Amino acid sequence: MGMTMTQKILAAHAGLDFVEPGQLIEADLDLVLGNDITSPVAINEIKKFEKKDVFDGGKIALVMDHFAPNKDIKSAQNCKTCRDFADDNSIVNFFDVGRMGIEHALLPEQGLTVAGDCIIGADSHTCTYGALGAFSTGVGSTDMAVGMVTGKAWFKVPSAIKFNLKGKLNKDVCGKDVILHIIGKIGVDGALYRSMEFAGEGVSSLSMDDRFTICNMAIEAGGKNGIFPVDDITLDYIKEHSNRTPKIFKADEDAVYDEVIDIDLSALKPTVAFPHLPEDTKEIGTFGDIKIDQAVIGSCTNGHISDLRSAAAQMKGKKVAKNVRCIVIPATQKIYKQAIKEGLVDIFIDAGAIVSTPTCGPCLGGYMGVLAAGERCVSTTNRNFIGRMGHVESEVYLASPAVAAASAIAGKIVGPTV
Amino acid sequence: MEARGHVFKYGENVDTDVIIPARYLNATTGEELAKHCMEDIDKDFVNKVHKGDIIVARKNFGCGSSREHAPLAIKSSGVSVVIADTFARIFYRNAINIGLPIIESPEAAAEINEGDEVKVDFDTGIITDINTGKTYKGQAFPEFMQNIINAGGLINYVNNKNK
Repeated sequence: MGMTMTQKILAAHAGLDFVEPGQLIEADLDLVLGNDITSPVAINEIKKFEKKDVFDGGKIALVMDHFAPNKDIKSAQNCKTCRDFADDNSIVNFFDVGRMGIEHALLPEQGLTVAGDCIIGADSHTCTYGALGAFSTGVGSTDMAVGMVTGKAWFKVPSAIKFNLKGKLNKDVCGKDVILHIIGKIGVDGALYRSMEFAGEGVSSLSMDDRFTICNMAIEAGGKNGIFPVDDITLDYIKEHSNRTPKIFKADEDAVYDEVIDIDLSALKPTVAFPHLPEDTKEIGTFGDIKIDQAVIGSCTNGHISDLRSAAAQMKGKKVAKNVRCIVIPATQKIYKQAIKEGLVDIFIDAGAIVSTPTCGPCLGGYMGVLAAGERCVSTTNRNFIGRMGHVESEVYLASPAVAAASAIAGKIVGPTV
Repeated sequence: MEARGHVFKYGENVDTDVIIPARYLNATTGEELAKHCMEDIDKDFVNKVHKGDIIVARKNFGCGSSREHAPLAIKSSGVSVVIADTFARIFYRNAINIGLPIIESPEAAAEINEGDEVKVDFDTGIITDINTGKTYKGQAFPEFMQNIINAGGLINYVNNKNK
């Protein structure tokens, strides 16, 4: 019996020749990540250790992105806790305001994540780095604390679902529509405890940004990780961003999958997840008018430069509808600068949108776009749970940057118009 | 070891945003978080919960964010065990790592009603609904996870192992 790509990476990091689903292993970690919400809890837990030193200050990344620039005094204290800890432990990759971006866009851009890595992060969307052919999964603060001290984590080896991608995406469709379609098909626990392994000839037509978006939301189907095979697109990205050497793992020909699901990329349409679950998906054109009060374009899911380009194409020369607030958030400083250089920021501001410094703020109802009772937001973020972006009686509709931008102009949820 | 208490019953896909809304994530202690536990789906929970009480819910309990604040809020509110059809994976490992007992039992999760008095024997995995007299067998943890729970969480387990 062969192994899946995920199983091979886990076996290599556990010093084993072979692992099988259900096996409990201890794996060596290449990177341990935390943010300003989860790290303070982990730092507090470290005090309970008899051995308190971190395993490798170069293999820990702390990103102040959730409630930073600090939204209130408690958030400021939390960032200070992280800052002091980073100083005390010689943590090189401490990303504070000015250097920071949204963690899952920032770390690949900084070259800290490459193919073949085994990564944990105290943030559920850590599964994003599977786009680069790494094993990468979200954990809690205690796992993060143990990871920072021991350089190891325990895992139950997952079985996998293989998504066999065929064809090419149409012009109005992107990675966000692919993953929303998949979650709509298998449900929010459709991949519970399992890997989502993407494969097939359709992979080569997907950009790195599309792959990041798809893996980012593996957790919204309950997945342990999402992972793409490594190809020239991956290797070019890694070469451009990192001086580390990628290690390429391939699924065995006789790898065993729980299920194989065929996805015809050319048949997909712009897709929206209705409140209050990412699985409640509908294609554009299959529902009536849904007026919106706010549009958010950004986040770890869709704050990449290609996302901003796609949104700007919809908004160029147009105005955001009356009574709609449109908030655009480039995911990193580098993306922000690129957006300025390409004139995208001018397009957004001329349209009546605002452009913010990188932050996770509105996605989780933290700040920078909290919703009032009865308000509706179309958002390129990843969750639309009850109360996710504000009041428990507000609603979040998840969509692609093109749909969110076109909707901001129309004042209601519509598909791309250009 | 045994837990005994009254049941708070919830449905499918109870997510971490309703267990502890993000607006309270600037707090880091269990006591502070417990004040807002379950607030967005059950405003009365914090007023009604007593030490030892039990949460019973359907599939995919704890889906969403990796915030350990969620199991911590539940544990600190006095809840002795969470029973569900299934748990979302990050919640599952967070609960084990911080020593909040959880049990998967689709039958118990389907049949036990809000307000029932329930007893859980952690050694045998037997769940008893005292109101109906019915018993259910929860799925046992693998030995490795049971050892973490017995040590009182992952940090104690690692400390013990290094001795």
